Amino acid sequence: MSWITGVGLLPFGRHEGKNTIDLMSEAAALALDDAGLKRGDIDGVLTGYATTMPHIMLATVFCEHFGLSPAYAHGLQVGGATGFAMAMLAHELVAAGRLKHVLVVAGENRLSAPGGRDKVVETLAQVGHPVHEVPLGPTIPAYYGLVANRYMHEHGVSEADLAELAVLMRTNAATHPGAQFREPITVADVLASKPIARPLKLLDCCATADGAAAFVVSRERTGEAAVRIIGAGQAHTHQHISEAPSLTEFGARLSMDRAIAASGRRLATTGADYLAIYDSFTITLAILLEELGLAPRGQSCRMAREGYFSRTGTKPLNTHGGLMSYGHCGVAGALAHLVETQLQMTGRAGNRQVADAGLAFLHGDGGVMSSHVSLIMERQA
Amino acid sequence: MSDMIRYQRCTPCRHVWYFVRSFCPKCGAREPQALEASGSGVVHAVTIVERAPTPDMKALAPYTLVMVDADEGFRLMAHGTPGLAIGDRVSGSVIELAGRPIPFFKRA
Ligand SMILES: [Zn+2]
Repeated sequence: MSWITGVGLLPFGRHEGKNTIDLMSEAAALALDDAGLKRGDIDGVLTGYATTMPHIMLATVFCEHFGLSPAYAHGLQVGGATGFAMAMLAHELVAAGRLKHVLVVAGENRLSAPGGRDKVVETLAQVGHPVHEVPLGPTIPAYYGLVANRYMHEHGVSEADLAELAVLMRTNAATHPGAQFREPITVADVLASKPIARPLKLLDCCATADGAAAFVVSRERTGEAAVRIIGAGQAHTHQHISEAPSLTEFGARLSMDRAIAASGRRLATTGADYLAIYDSFTITLAILLEELGLAPRGQSCRMAREGYFSRTGTKPLNTHGGLMSYGHCGVAGALAHLVETQLQMTGRAGNRQVADAGLAFLHGDGGVMSSHVSLIMERQA
Repeated sequence: MSDMIRYQRCTPCRHVWYFVRSFCPKCGAREPQALEASGSGVVHAVTIVERAPTPDMKALAPYTLVMVDADEGFRLMAHGTPGLAIGDRVSGSVIELAGRPIPFFKRA
């Protein structure tokens, strides 16, 4: 078992003049304060990667700058799944008795770095195969556009249906002062937004941001917060969409089944009080919700429209606004989902507080539905 | 310029695939056969790229990307003529686009 003893999250959007290490440092300081820990208490550090600061030793660079000399530190890379993979590794290291307090931290000046969004689009497209995909001129939205086209065809989902998930994320973000986009939007706004890779339009896509997030995973509680990671799992089925076993069935279920098995409990995602699900695109969120058994195939968008996934609904989802509206600054994007989960489970989400978040299921994917990581978090009495 | 689309096949286990390798990803057998495909297949998925990733591709945008299930049993990503849809029978070959060889499909 492990405890999430402290969390820190910066507002996402523009942090002009700050680099990756600056942003990581700010989030790390918040997480340490929240956990009531000092720098000397941290014996493990995990970081992800930063597209704006490629470095072969990002964790060490961060530790030196921030003033840490841990017994264990390194970076980790699985694309969008990196955040939850770091949480899983921190949990495993702590649960195994190797470490006492692991700081997990990520941040990036992805929006304001030289080159801005154009550079981000070009860099991230390299997720594709260098010989058989990238020369064709695809983008990340194009890979997901292909997935969306096939999924919509097989399960009778329309562009207006998918738009419901963008609207929900924006509705949630409107209540969070740190969210990048807070102006309410409608289904019509999503449908009228600029086409990016049809059927995906601008408002179907996550928002490029600067930002950072951090949390501490500990062997023992350090204060009031009593939230544990009780299970974690992964699944990796392919890297490139060309080699995916299917364009409509991915590894999410397998990953979550492994997390449930690791908990040693008879749990089901339908027992969740709170959901934190990766939402790089509307189609990503729709597929993950359906694969994880939270909605029948093709029905997640309809259920969102009916309020099922709203803050006051049956299964509150990404109450901070997710990648689509809180914003996406790379690895910290998914960490924001976990931070919000911990705030909800500790009753500290303020005007976003859900009724009762005792059990939460979290899931992230990296690549093009390629790498999956699932986490289960539980509040202790 | 027009060339055949190529794929590979494992002699012992008959697995076929598209991304070039020096061994079979299923059974590990070495020296797979390199074969020329007929170019016939069915469209599995389509997207129209409106926002291209690089300056040279921006000149071509919007363009149609397709996933095609080749009759030989492998799947590949390619460019295609505008208007292609899931289920369309297509025929394709490798052409030159933006100065590089690109598999391209049109309705059969
Ligand atoms: Zn073989």
